[in-house]
Amino acid sequence: MNIRFLLNGETITLEKARPEETLLDLLREDRGLCGTKEGCNEGDCGACTVIVIDENSVKPLNACILLLGQVHGKAVRTIEGVGVDGKLHPIQDAIIKNHGSQCGFCTPGIIMSLVAAQMNNEKDHDVALAGNLCRCTGYAPIIRAAEVAQQVVLPEWLIFDREKLVSCAILPSLEQPKSSDDIAALLVKSPKTRLIAGATDIGLWLTKEFRDISPFTFLNQANDLTKIEEMEVDYKIGAMVNIEDLRLWAASVSPSYGELLRRYASIQIRYAATIGGNIANGSPIGDNPPALIAAGARIELRCGESRRTLPLEAFFIEYGKQDLRDGEFLESIFVPKDFENLCCYKISKRFDQDISAVCGCFNILVQEDRIVKARVAFGGMAATPKRATHIEEALIGRDWSLATIQSCENLWDKDFTPLSDIRASSAYRLKTAQNLLWRYYRESLGETCNVLEVSA
Amino acid sequence: MTIGSPLPHEAASLHVTGRARYVDDQPLPENALHLAFGLSKVARGRIVKMDLSEVLNSTGVFGVLTANDLPYENDTSPGAKDEPLLAETDVYYVGQPVFLVMANSHLAARKAAQKGKLEYETYPPVLTIQEALDAESRFEEGPRIYQKGDAETAISVSDRKLSGVLITGGQEHFYLEGQAALAIPSEDEEITVHSSTQHPSEVQHKVADALGFGMHQVRVEVRRMGGGFGGKESQANGLAIACAVAAIMTGRPCKMRYDRDDDFIITGKRHEFKIEYEVGFDETGKINGLSFIHYVRCGWSQDLSIPVSDRAMLHADNAYNLAHCRIESHRLRTNIQSATAFRGFGGPQGMLGMERVIDHIAHDLTLDPLIVRQRNYYTDAKDLKPNFKDMQTTPYGMKVKDFVLNAMTDEIVKTSDYYKRRKDIEAWNLNNSILKRGIALTPVKFGISFTLTHLNQAGALVNLYQDGTVRLNHGGTEMGQGLFQKIAQVAAKSFGINLASVKITATDTDKVPNTSATAASSGSDLNGMAVKIACETICDRMSGFLAEYYQEKITSVRFEGGLVQIGKHEISFPDAVQLCYQNRVSLSATGFYKTPDIFWDRIKGHGRPFFYFAHGVSVSEVVIDTLTGENRLLRTDLLHDAGASLNSAIDVGQVEGAYVQGVGWLTTEELVWDNAGKLMTHAPSTYKIPAFSDRPDIFNVALWDNENSEETIYRSKAVGEPPFMLGFSAFLALSHAASFCGKNYPELNTPATHERLFWACDRVKHGD
Repeated sequence: MNIRFLLNGETITLEKARPEETLLDLLREDRGLCGTKEGCNEGDCGACTVIVIDENSVKPLNACILLLGQVHGKAVRTIEGVGVDGKLHPIQDAIIKNHGSQCGFCTPGIIMSLVAAQMNNEKDHDVALAGNLCRCTGYAPIIRAAEVAQQVVLPEWLIFDREKLVSCAILPSLEQPKSSDDIAALLVKSPKTRLIAGATDIGLWLTKEFRDISPFTFLNQANDLTKIEEMEVDYKIGAMVNIEDLRLWAASVSPSYGELLRRYASIQIRYAATIGGNIANGSPIGDNPPALIAAGARIELRCGESRRTLPLEAFFIEYGKQDLRDGEFLESIFVPKDFENLCCYKISKRFDQDISAVCGCFNILVQEDRIVKARVAFGGMAATPKRATHIEEALIGRDWSLATIQSCENLWDKDFTPLSDIRASSAYRLKTAQNLLWRYYRESLGETCNVLEVSA
Repeated sequence: MTIGSPLPHEAASLHVTGRARYVDDQPLPENALHLAFGLSKVARGRIVKMDLSEVLNSTGVFGVLTANDLPYENDTSPGAKDEPLLAETDVYYVGQPVFLVMANSHLAARKAAQKGKLEYETYPPVLTIQEALDAESRFEEGPRIYQKGDAETAISVSDRKLSGVLITGGQEHFYLEGQAALAIPSEDEEITVHSSTQHPSEVQHKVADALGFGMHQVRVEVRRMGGGFGGKESQANGLAIACAVAAIMTGRPCKMRYDRDDDFIITGKRHEFKIEYEVGFDETGKINGLSFIHYVRCGWSQDLSIPVSDRAMLHADNAYNLAHCRIESHRLRTNIQSATAFRGFGGPQGMLGMERVIDHIAHDLTLDPLIVRQRNYYTDAKDLKPNFKDMQTTPYGMKVKDFVLNAMTDEIVKTSDYYKRRKDIEAWNLNNSILKRGIALTPVKFGISFTLTHLNQAGALVNLYQDGTVRLNHGGTEMGQGLFQKIAQVAAKSFGINLASVKITATDTDKVPNTSATAASSGSDLNGMAVKIACETICDRMSGFLAEYYQEKITSVRFEGGLVQIGKHEISFPDAVQLCYQNRVSLSATGFYKTPDIFWDRIKGHGRPFFYFAHGVSVSEVVIDTLTGENRLLRTDLLHDAGASLNSAIDVGQVEGAYVQGVGWLTTEELVWDNAGKLMTHAPSTYKIPAFSDRPDIFNVALWDNENSEETIYRSKAVGEPPFMLGFSAFLALSHAASFCGKNYPELNTPATHERLFWACDRVKHGD
């Protein structure tokens, strides 16, 4: 398989490349570009952050779980290629002057994240850097540097790379599906093909578990699946919409869902991961599934030319088992428009870049003090993302009051028997789930219940 | 001029461009081999069968070594000789290296290492502190006891008594650069090892023993580490030895680096402690008698557990003058990773025990804990009566004659607006049923010196070239803490020259032999002095010659501002050097320093183990959600005593970074082992160090201007470890916030995860 891409402005052609090799290994072992560091080899520390550019996006991504097949036809910039006019990028200079590096190992990744954030006009540095860990500085001097270098610089190499992408005709030539139809056709022909979207999970199968993932294909050229469309009663979300694009959309229709997606993972992961991957993967936690189940979403599965839809919750049969037949793939998600009441709560050990211990999502409609609709779904409470049906039943038709909330107290263990694991104990999960309904209620009365909304 | 200047880190411009080279970035010769360990899957057992045929047949594999293949000593330990590089027959924890794969790539070696087929006869592992006590599984024969006065009687006659338990969790270092080593064999039985180690001399020593070499056949070089924090003191030995042995056996360069998961699973961490306390006090909060029992979970090997546990005992008083105090310490052997050095080296655990006692007393008396702290503080040096008899001592008999925390506390109370904010918080909490705020002020007093007295020595080699430039070598290693820049500033000051004329070089056992680990915060104290002494030797030689040449008094020679003044004559420094060279003056010198006036009997628990104390105070404010235990830092004020700072920017950086690392230890960083002894949190996906947004929104950091009363390098103080304990205030602020849920004491343990805090709130409300 031939892979071509731009690396710091230079055209790289790899003949007989292994498309499942990581970009990080290529950079460090074959290209001698050792400024990009390996910190964790699983996309959690950001030391390997590089910038990936195509015609309409600039993405900071983790090179350790970015596969060569995914960078085909793109332009990659590493710390070695980030300077401006032959000099340091202003962010590099600000890091020096503000003492933003100590051991220096996380520094290249942090600079790449900040450069990307600046190009994307992201002003919240904590959001831009949630996926970069530093163990030395305590972060304060890096933030000071970021503030000093606030002014947006569009480096000349951005234009250079984009022009060269076109002029060199680094165009998709790889044998990869270019559309949903292509995926459908491929799966009819060889139904065992593993579909790789963002590789934020499959990347770890390779780097940590050494699994053989053949046969596989990359979906990142199926551009018709990257749209969010407003239909009559639903929003239609293509399976290849990445979580960052989804977040930007969600923030405009449901701020709470948008905030959940901000905390879904770091920006590097959000740009790589897709909504289709998040659902099809079948994680019992997921973060998107509980929110979308509470919102009343349906999914559309496609096999060849035939399609079927089912409520999202019905897709999850048991742990590790989804209702996905041979040759079938998840094509779209339909979300009813009326989910403005949706409230999502994510409980995790750390606020950013952490997997939920409990993710509780509530979509409760109260009209004239009476609950007319209640959809409640949780992640982390069962073997699959799951609705709290007993709670829903107990709520619907009752008045929105303290007494009603209290009446639910003994029903939680009818809906859930959570596990104890490294993230939380069973008892804590059950108590917290129960308390999140409390939180939802108190918030509806106007009380501040979120520690992230308090300042000194 | 250069001393005290807030100059950037010496390699900052290399860091930001990605040009700073770490071990794994060294270009490798084509024929290099990459190594990986095959690991034990059981916590305690005997290997009855080892089938490595699939490993050998795996793609890219060159060979496999087991314990039987090793040529000489099979040991990586820093002293006790109880840590085989490769397990012989018995295994003692899940993750213990059993065999060594040599392959043509890192990935090929790691893949093959999974394919070993081992069969074990398993035994029940000793995992917890209780299991170790039940099994009498210990290091040292019994508990160690240090005491002053008669704690038992003092407690029993007190008006009020309390007892309690504090459990402090372990901590993974999570240096961003994982452990790494590269060994390159040379001709004639010599080897060069590039190691990411805080202790090049120990690596040299261990490699020599493993090869049957003299130390003179082994050269170890360390340019920089991507973080150390104590985790590369003894834990770097294994990789370096493995690489050296494989390199000598194959004649090829060998490199090894741990994948992050392997790093977690193989290497040691901070010691978990269980601390029982019993205290007698009066109605004002004055402590009469205090008794601690430390139970230390040391892991499978002795490693540095004895001095770590000792240091915990030596810091059990923290900042408080205790007339009657008893500390008993049990060092327990368990079948998990070897607990090892980690910033603070036992000090944090010992000190937190003391701070818990203060907090508990304050809760019992419904007093502001700050009042109880101030009531029990040692007296500030300036307020000590000259009468020798009044001299205050620690529980181990060391005079406390440089205490400054009363004044520092007064200062931070003002700058942080402590009392007003505490009142505001109480009012705010009355109006908020779900969220609660808390605030705490905590002090730090930390003893500086290695407790093993002979380690308090350092050497340096300074080469002054005929053009007036300097190449600087010393025994300290650079792990991000800014040591090299500080030392360069010392040398530049000595010669009165610009920093651009001073080149700092990799630490190299060829240049400076017999060094101590860069540890115990001692790097700049020891090496700074050694470098200064070497520079002064050269300056003295130059002065002697120049005075005679110009017929001026030797005392009139000055090195300043790039010039040398000799009486009424003034010449540039390079000209002066050139003149000295032409007149055959030696321009190279070694320097040697040993810390004066320290002595320590660790069996009796008596002496002066520390040259001086470093101090700090912090105030943290938090908010918690009583429904979920979620919590967040809102504001932090730190005031730290770095003596007369050698570089204020580097020192502030150490203080900020240490605080956040300390808060991580006390809040989100949780190590979880399963019932079979397997570490379940072995990557950043499951082990959560603080991220950007976890730092407090308001983060004020200041240095306390306080010349060291002892004659240290330009009267500065060590700054690596002491500010780690500033994180205590965040933990006790969480406890304070939880206490607003009801009447009971929260009895919060660490790490105070959301879940632990949730249950603490529950306890405060309902009791146990």
